[in-house]
Amino acid sequence: MSLDTVARAESTPDAEQPYADLGLKPDEYQRIREILGRRPTSSELAMYSVMWSEHCSYKSSKVHLRQFGDKQPEGGWPQLMVGIGENAGVVDVGDGWAVTFKVESHNHPSYVEPYQGAATGIGGIVRDILSMGARPLAVMDPLRFGPADAPDTRRVLPGIVAGIGGYGNCLGLPNIGGEVVFDATYSGNPLVNALCIGAMKHEDVHLASAKGVGNVVILYGARTGGDGIGGVSVLASETFDADGPAKRPSVQVGDPFMEKLLIECTLEVLHAGLVEGIQDLGGAGISCATSELASNGEGGMHVHLDRVLLRDPSLSPEEILMSESQERMCAIVTPDNVDAFMGICRKWEVEAVVIGEVTDSGRLTIDWHGDRIVDVPPRTVAHEGPVYNRPMARPSDLDALQAEDARALPRPQTPEEIRETWLRMTASPNLASKKWVTSQYDRYVLGNTVLAQPEDSGMIRIDEESGLGVAVSTDCNGRFVRLDPYEGAKLALAESYRNVAVTGAKPLAVTNCLNFGSPEDPGVMWTFAEAVRGLADGCLELGIPVTGGNVSFYNSTGDTAILPTPVVGVLGVIDDVERRTPMAWGPDGEILYLLGDTGEDFAGSEWAHVMHDHLGGMPPRADLAREKLLGEILVAGSRDGMLTAAHDIADGGVAQALVEMTLRAGVGARVWAPDGVEAATFLWSESPGRALVVVPRSEEMRFTAMCAARGLPAHRIGAVDSGLGADVGHPGEQVLQVGDVVLTLGELREAHESTFPSYFGPALTV
Amino acid sequence: MKIGVVTFPGSLDDRDAQRAVRLAGAEPVALWHGDADLKGVDAVVLPGGFSYGDYLRCGAIAKFAPVMTTIIERAQQGLPVLGICNGFQILCESHLLPGALTRNDHLHFVCRDQRLRMERVDSAWTNAYAAGEEIVIPLKNGEGGYVADDATLDRLEGEGLVIARYLDVNPNGSLRDIAGISNPSGTIVGLMPHPEHAVESLTGPSTDGLGFFVSAVQALVGAR
Repeated sequence: MSLDTVARAESTPDAEQPYADLGLKPDEYQRIREILGRRPTSSELAMYSVMWSEHCSYKSSKVHLRQFGDKQPEGGWPQLMVGIGENAGVVDVGDGWAVTFKVESHNHPSYVEPYQGAATGIGGIVRDILSMGARPLAVMDPLRFGPADAPDTRRVLPGIVAGIGGYGNCLGLPNIGGEVVFDATYSGNPLVNALCIGAMKHEDVHLASAKGVGNVVILYGARTGGDGIGGVSVLASETFDADGPAKRPSVQVGDPFMEKLLIECTLEVLHAGLVEGIQDLGGAGISCATSELASNGEGGMHVHLDRVLLRDPSLSPEEILMSESQERMCAIVTPDNVDAFMGICRKWEVEAVVIGEVTDSGRLTIDWHGDRIVDVPPRTVAHEGPVYNRPMARPSDLDALQAEDARALPRPQTPEEIRETWLRMTASPNLASKKWVTSQYDRYVLGNTVLAQPEDSGMIRIDEESGLGVAVSTDCNGRFVRLDPYEGAKLALAESYRNVAVTGAKPLAVTNCLNFGSPEDPGVMWTFAEAVRGLADGCLELGIPVTGGNVSFYNSTGDTAILPTPVVGVLGVIDDVERRTPMAWGPDGEILYLLGDTGEDFAGSEWAHVMHDHLGGMPPRADLAREKLLGEILVAGSRDGMLTAAHDIADGGVAQALVEMTLRAGVGARVWAPDGVEAATFLWSESPGRALVVVPRSEEMRFTAMCAARGLPAHRIGAVDSGLGADVGHPGEQVLQVGDVVLTLGELREAHESTFPSYFGPALTV
Repeated sequence: MKIGVVTFPGSLDDRDAQRAVRLAGAEPVALWHGDADLKGVDAVVLPGGFSYGDYLRCGAIAKFAPVMTTIIERAQQGLPVLGICNGFQILCESHLLPGALTRNDHLHFVCRDQRLRMERVDSAWTNAYAAGEEIVIPLKNGEGGYVADDATLDRLEGEGLVIARYLDVNPNGSLRDIAGISNPSGTIVGLMPHPEHAVESLTGPSTDGLGFFVSAVQALVGAR
């Protein structure tokens, strides 16, 4: 079949086009015709269809996401150097250093092909960070799966973990944290989110814009192949013979070795000052990179598509435009720097080719062997896609759900019941040790990892001279969000904020990955809108801006949407990583303090989920003023050397915090509930705004005086005690004693660490 | 005192190895795979990573790099060379050390803090340790199972060429729990765990790994 050129489109205005198969609605197709004043060519149709997709255009979420920009303090955010809209936001962390971080989803590909889906998720987010001019420093993976005992989880989880490890380990980036959460709603739709952190000096920040008429466009990295062309196969089937290579995998395949070369090559060309603008190629490949670069720059670009280096010479121009082949970047370079740029590419054995130049035509024009196949205003492709105000309605079942008060559930009373509950909770999949997963990730490479899983945050040293570092945590309890999306999103933010603060880092900025069901479902859309509103309000209250993120819609199993899961990542800065507060407590005699107030907060808790398979009631209200105060106390305690250990209290309550701290230390403790708090509430309530801290006796007066002066409740609830075993009938063993309940560290460790191997097979977890 | 650290395409722990060399008191010198010039270094570290993407076989392509031609020649004349993880694989592929590294027996990549017992402590890279000393350093590999035929293993043990053995658990199925070996003169050492990740208490499980680099400095001082 012959090439569909602009001239042909003009002469055949009524030719039928498969816009619906490409996911475009009739009115969207009509709008493209209006923009162009003719029918689009098949290449243009391919570009618009993918750039106007939900994934690329944010057409359903845009009207809500604006709040992240609109809700800001007077005069703007002082710490923000680059805001939402670029590949990733950039934050000033002091000393001339800037940090960029972002989380993205790769949910659907990871369900279809767990290994490659998860691997390329890492690859994509790393290139986003790289294209800001930053050296990628670490990755994290928030993951959600169906029930641990479901057969499909056993297919998906090991593949995803191996893919993350296989790609990240080979790339040389430490994996320093993340989450592994199980819930039935994720059965047919696991969530694979990937976060990357990078750092650079202020002057090295780069943006994705094609500036300077006459500058050239260089495509470099891997060759372009037929992977990830997905829906565009509709066009391919039109343009290819029946026996042509029409059926190709729609999940991209990653090559971490290529990505490693791309990182080193890109950093070298950036530092040599050879780059005017830079953009990574991810979703929508060349379509996205060229239209965004042109739209952000002079407004015009001309591309010779036939110059693109191909892995498969039979690819059609439509497919080349759409291909999501991995490990590719696009740079804007002045003509006199091209030779130097190419020289560095040759050094790293990275292929590069000039594919076009920046113009002031206001058009993105693309030729294929001399024939014009694309002639569009780039802004209409990249930034002026459709925007929808989707119908919203409060889910009809929400009142009934909120009325199911979790406080009415029977709680364990006797020491024997408490012991049994404790061991069962410790072994439950969401609370069990994630070592099976994290031991497959390299956490040491680059030599700057200060804290990694299972610590509350991952912490990375940025500057070896000064000790400047950053901490990052990601969190979300989807059950809270289901019960109350506004408060639930704030609670996710609060937890992530707290997880950063407990390590001694001052929270500074937010990224998010908003995983939801179908936006065409008014209930989902209302939940989404409420969650975004909560998050935006929460950020304003805490004084930390959203710097970027990602929306993933259409996550559901059959007709059941996933738990609404706005994963929130918070980044904090610490002046000297030597001052960090770890999770494990130290020597005998140190005192445990519970900071904050404990109420009967069981709605959406892990205890209600595990022990009663219950989801209902009103989740706790997020008191962000209290979170801020708690954060300040934790950061001050770390800076002034008043704390030897600290741990956030969230999923699984105080009981889980105690288990993780005592196992990490390998030393037992004696613990008692604060006056007037019933044992089960003390142990498993998930009241927010709390942390467990460990204070040396010498610092007790100073620390409690600080808490009292600032109005933060601090309850003395225990002491580290390595010799307790002998007193309670377990000589030679470390034990955790709470009231009349005694648990040996041996039995806790067994409960905590055997769950994952029992579901996912033996792995080296000892 | 200069210790070279080679960067191959896909090397990952080259910066870490340079840091370890610096902390041990020597000057790290970056060596490039495509450059046969060793820039006058007194010893060489082949760092961990996935040289050439581990394509074909771990270390199999790296041995043909121009820099390796010089290193192989000089190593045979006594230049101290430490191969860590992928570097160990390269040394075996280059036949500077016997045996090979194969896929972990449990088939997973593993990253853990590994306890080792030091055995040969008179090599150029281990003289700072005491015989029988136990150390903890990170181990991270997907293909770290050391294998060789029985005669070779008997010879390695009989001649005291085993550098270190795994304690507590054998993390990758290495025969006779071997974590590292040396050539008879003790100048060439291959080690699967990563001493360069245990040189600062802030970022490593210990500082037990520094001894490998301090050993090289001491050996070079002694040789002068």
